[in-house]
Amino acid sequence: MLELYEGALDVPEILKRWYEEEAKSNYGAFIPFVGTVRAENGIEGLSFDIYEPILTNWFDAWQAEAKKRGALLKMAHSKGDVLLHQSSYIAAVFSPKRRVALETIEEFVEDFKASAPIWKYDLKNGERIYAKERSTAIKGSGILS
Amino acid sequence: MVTVEFLGPIGKEPIQLDITNLLELSQKLKEDESLKEWLECSAVAINDKIVASKDHPLQDGDKISLLPPVCGG
Repeated sequence: MLELYEGALDVPEILKRWYEEEAKSNYGAFIPFVGTVRAENGIEGLSFDIYEPILTNWFDAWQAEAKKRGALLKMAHSKGDVLLHQSSYIAAVFSPKRRVALETIEEFVEDFKASAPIWKYDLKNGERIYAKERSTAIKGSGILS
Repeated sequence: MVTVEFLGPIGKEPIQLDITNLLELSQKLKEDESLKEWLECSAVAINDKIVASKDHPLQDGDKISLLPPVCGG
């Protein structure tokens, strides 16, 4: 369950819907992680590019891993501009018991930061500036250099 | 003929090249000075699968993508 949206996420709608979708699925634990744009370094917001084919493959591989653990993942992310105090990212895990849910959400979000093909830009003074210093090279980078 | 696309902040239009492996691609792209900084830090995907080594043959019609450092969330 991967959802991509133009602009900011409607957090209450998404969380309510995900909660209701699984309310009768007999999961004992539901852990959502919501990422919100903070005011820092004078930015007006953030902007995102996404390469969907590889993001979908990455997510599908994670969903298969979660299934092995008896868990289910859901994720939503923004494309384009997201302004201060709006949200650009929600990840959630459902599982029968809390330990699997806590471990899975941590591993999933960490691997998301390191591997998901999404590029972040600061919106500052009307410009869109690649957040190079905060970005992580994907494992195996540099083979063409 | 293969297509090479440059994702995210690289900001370069796709190109088509007549090459048969990634070594040739590396040599070709190194001729473009504006790509130098990106080659060092970008991952490479062939037909949307990330590859770990330059020893990779290419087929006619393959799509190669360069993925610079990422930061979702």
